[in-house]
Amino acid sequence: MFRITKFFSCSSLARLKHTLVVVEHDNQKLSQITLNTLTAATKIPKNETVTCVVAGAGCGNIANEVSRLAGVNKVLVVDDSNLQGFLPENIAPIIVDLQKKNNFSHIAFGSSAFGKNLMPRVAAMLDVQPVSDIIGIDDENTFVRTIYAGNAIQTVRSKDPIKIFTVRGTAFEAVKPDSAASPAEISPAGLTATATDKAAFVNQQLAKSDRPALNAAKVVIAGGRGLQNGENFKLLYDLADTMNAAVGASRAAVDAGYVPNDLQIGQTGKIVAPELYIAVGVSGAIQHLAGMKDSKTIAAINKDPEAPIFQVADLGLVGDLFKEVPEMTKMMKKN
Amino acid sequence: MSLRILVGCKRAIDYAVKIQVKSDLSGVVTEGVKHALNPFDEIAMEEAVRLKEKKLANEVIAVSCGPAQSQDVLRTALALGADKAVHVEVPAKEYETLQPIHVSKILAKLAEQEKVDLIILGKQAIDDDCNQTGQMTAAVLNWPQATFASKLQLKDKEATCEREIDGGLETISIKLPAVVTADLRLNTPRYATLPNIMKAKKKPLKKFSPKDLGVDITPRQEIVKVCEPPKRQGGGKVASTEELVERIKKLGVN
Repeated sequence: MFRITKFFSCSSLARLKHTLVVVEHDNQKLSQITLNTLTAATKIPKNETVTCVVAGAGCGNIANEVSRLAGVNKVLVVDDSNLQGFLPENIAPIIVDLQKKNNFSHIAFGSSAFGKNLMPRVAAMLDVQPVSDIIGIDDENTFVRTIYAGNAIQTVRSKDPIKIFTVRGTAFEAVKPDSAASPAEISPAGLTATATDKAAFVNQQLAKSDRPALNAAKVVIAGGRGLQNGENFKLLYDLADTMNAAVGASRAAVDAGYVPNDLQIGQTGKIVAPELYIAVGVSGAIQHLAGMKDSKTIAAINKDPEAPIFQVADLGLVGDLFKEVPEMTKMMKKN
Repeated sequence: MSLRILVGCKRAIDYAVKIQVKSDLSGVVTEGVKHALNPFDEIAMEEAVRLKEKKLANEVIAVSCGPAQSQDVLRTALALGADKAVHVEVPAKEYETLQPIHVSKILAKLAEQEKVDLIILGKQAIDDDCNQTGQMTAAVLNWPQATFASKLQLKDKEATCEREIDGGLETISIKLPAVVTADLRLNTPRYATLPNIMKAKKKPLKKFSPKDLGVDITPRQEIVKVCEPPKRQGGGKVASTEELVERIKKLGVN
């Protein structure tokens, strides 16, 4: 493949785009956000192909799953024990090598902890100023994202020859599993991974839950400082069980140690946009709103009628959550 | 162990301010608006100072890129415990298009010049919400990175970092020199005391231009427009638990 230079950009021939999607997974399970990222990739104007790279250690099943997603034209696999731990120091060089071999016009990552950690390292190695957490694509060079905790929307046009970005999951629909008419071709990328001696993965402590994940649930119930302690979160879990809801929390609740960090919703935590968001004992600080104000319906329970959360709520109930939530749980259980 | 630490300090609109989009849609109103040291950078600064107090570091250098007002946050950093400050002066107009790619190259150059062992940055700036500079700086230097750090332990020339990730926590081990980005729960920053604010006035503050450091700050991105998000209606009230449950059931989401 020849390196396409700026010389061609003025041509009247629409230069076709080819996008690389970096698949997120843990070797066993495909991450939800990859499905949203894939949709974003297919929405790039003039995009001709979508190639997915599956890099991991024992990731053959993931490659198969990805090949069966609609919109995927090709799957490239780098299956190497050196990629155990998914360190950006080991994965970034692989993406850079792929880019040099294939000359993609766009490289897309999900805006998750994994994507946010890896994408900018790849971008810097390719001397590109990336675009983080896009919520829209205006044209092949122009992207929409939020700034100031979602209080302003910024449209940026990239002048770099390669567009590198992360995709906000809630802004694009998820591609359905097994949706491809016929599976895409899977081939080894023909690259070897080297394990850096400068960094090592030690371990992970992940929450195990039978409940839906925050980014996939139709209903999210979030608790704030009003819950007063971790044990009281049981009230929310009981309510969540009646609705197959996920449970999240405000920064205040996590900082106070009521719940672990993976529940945090907000500007610097998770961004969710479920059908229904129920904020319980959450004041509604700007930074929390950033994480949930795109929810379809917002309900709130707070004993303070002046709480800012009521300004964004559709169904606001001023009351004592310790009385209201158990009442709600009882009523939801009926019929 | 006597580490030299570089801490990035960005001057950003104060987190409590309600921002306003300019009527010409070119950006956000910053004139006459309260600014402060980016909260994540405060946390980064605190971590560096604690390492000095533990006698693991012997020099903390605060850096800020921006127009003359950036010196405000450098004075804050010095008052919090930095030993010296570096102001990379970028005129207001050019600052509007200064991007992480430029800052990362500036920080990398300074890190090399100052023979730094550890760079601690905030994980993201609360104005642009990019979350890129730390990772990009690490790449430019080919150093390992530990982002979203909630715990940092140093032993010899190795750092064990606990990071906040989507599913919980992850622990990695990185060899110095390295880049660490601070997340919310890494520490609780101290307040600058009046005596320290006074002492800070005597600490050295050096000025450079990006050109002095050999960094080209030609913009890679053009800001096409900045506008307000769609307004949410809000203010809807229900009178009772019954009504709330009824309305929820009507949504048919479960």
